[in-house]
Amino acid sequence: MTVVDVYASADVIARSIAAGEVSAVEVAQAHLDRIEAVDDRVHAFLHVDRDGALEQARAVDHAVASGQPLSPLAGVPLAMKDVLTQTGVPTTCGSKILEGWLPPYNSTVVERLLAAGVVLLGRTNMDEFAMGSSTENSAYGPTSNPWNLDRIPGGSSGGSAAAVAAFEASLAIGTDTGGSIRQPAAVTGIVGAKPTYGSVSRYGLVAFSSSLDQAGPFARTVLDTALLHSVIAGHDPLDSTSISADLPDVVSAARAADVAGMRIGVVRELSGEGYQPGVQARFAEAVAILESAGAEVVEVSCPSFAYALGAYYLIAPSECSSNLARFDAMRYGLRVGDDGSASAEDVMRLTRAAGFGPEVKRRIILGTYALSSGYYDAYYGQAQKVRTLITQDFQAAFASVDVLVSPTTPTEPFRLGERTDDPVAMYQADLCTLPSSLYGGPAISVPAGLGDEGLPVGFQVMAPVLRDDLAYRVAAAVEAALVSRWGGPLIAQAGALT
Amino acid sequence: MSGITREQVAHLASLARIELTDAELTDFAGQLEGILSAVASVSEVAADDTPPTTHAVPSVNVFRADEVRPSLDREALTDSAPAAEDGRFRVPRILDEE
Repeated sequence: MTVVDVYASADVIARSIAAGEVSAVEVAQAHLDRIEAVDDRVHAFLHVDRDGALEQARAVDHAVASGQPLSPLAGVPLAMKDVLTQTGVPTTCGSKILEGWLPPYNSTVVERLLAAGVVLLGRTNMDEFAMGSSTENSAYGPTSNPWNLDRIPGGSSGGSAAAVAAFEASLAIGTDTGGSIRQPAAVTGIVGAKPTYGSVSRYGLVAFSSSLDQAGPFARTVLDTALLHSVIAGHDPLDSTSISADLPDVVSAARAADVAGMRIGVVRELSGEGYQPGVQARFAEAVAILESAGAEVVEVSCPSFAYALGAYYLIAPSECSSNLARFDAMRYGLRVGDDGSASAEDVMRLTRAAGFGPEVKRRIILGTYALSSGYYDAYYGQAQKVRTLITQDFQAAFASVDVLVSPTTPTEPFRLGERTDDPVAMYQADLCTLPSSLYGGPAISVPAGLGDEGLPVGFQVMAPVLRDDLAYRVAAAVEAALVSRWGGPLIAQAGALT
Repeated sequence: MSGITREQVAHLASLARIELTDAELTDFAGQLEGILSAVASVSEVAADDTPPTTHAVPSVNVFRADEVRPSLDREALTDSAPAAEDGRFRVPRILDEE
């Protein structure tokens, strides 16, 4: 039996399986063993589906043996954020209100992955209902950053990012509403992409902020990220906001990694005060790499980006206050206080008090406020107008440059517990990722190196709507130069967990 | 754009059907005031003539073909409910009178 290398890329693993050099079952087992060995310290997973994963792997091995055509990721193990429904395993969204709930249908993302022979190892930890930037808002305890177990892994998709960074899975799926894929990818030293809004189906994605939520890929290389992106993206009649237009070829773009002649805009507003020196230095180095690779770099001003945080933290809570009304203790999930005499309304109040954590309650109340009569125009209405201005900034910028770039986060990963009592400080982690979310365009974070504390920082590339390929092309060019400079991927510099 | 009082938080929590403890009312009032002052900058933006954006990518309403097709299994749905009876969701008392 071949020794399975959990450190290998998804692309290499899939080729080895297709060539019969290793079986999908062996690959799945090696990752399940790795989870067993390290997850008590990382706590990336809320649920490991050992039997399901091995069964899916056996089906891939059968397909290999019988010569059936295989997808480019057949047999590769993946960690799934616990917010996209999958039958046979619980979906909790990191919340007590859904503890033990078994969804009756698969999300489209899960359907697509299963059809591609991707092996679903289990469900990853997250900030409750994807609200947070550190995974500390999970009702099931925080996840640790594999680089330093006392640091946050980012959020809300922190479990997915940590699973990939700790080599528990080759690939992971996250969701990004205001940065929840890109920020965890940056602080765990891996790659994460938010696809163009509407290019990945939201069917079966438990909604937080419907006009912003978008599922996307995590991996340790840009190419693996692109391969996963192309498996999950595509039109879905079950999601009315799904885009029916043709999607760009992100895999070719990741392989090309060529930026000669491209025009790249550095966003003036996403730098300066509040950005750690190490973050700024790694950013400047990545920009210099692009210049020496033949790209033309110019500074671009996007003045409305300064209002992205305000607009986002009004729009997202407003939409969440409406979306989370569905957790009413009647049709699924927790029910508290139903003693035969309590009214339905009392049961709702008691259930939501017991089932939701503090950040979810805060955001529902903030959203209820922003949508209430007398405040609607000043808050929600105004935030939607600012959203238009931010979109106009992007459109003006993309008239003269192909992509925009910035650091992914202003700081290295902070300590667990450092910002839990200060929501506003926590929200600052999303400063650089919010504009693309409000605009709806694609954006990717690629490792840029280590900051002053020796922890990962990311480089963000933002592209026009439906030009995900441009983001991948630039990220791949940065990756190629840095990996050759480092003599291997950044993640190889993380201390071993075993 | 002023602060938010404990009484306002209690009213909003009642609208949102969340029972809050006294400690939560006090904490949230302070925290929400902080959040509101952090987001209030949006009101400084001159945007009277700017149309609102409701969705990232413009979309139109989509209709599916009006054809009979299988729906989710009824039993699977009631199985995942907190309480069910005779193939229906069983809910607490919804009227004031017994």
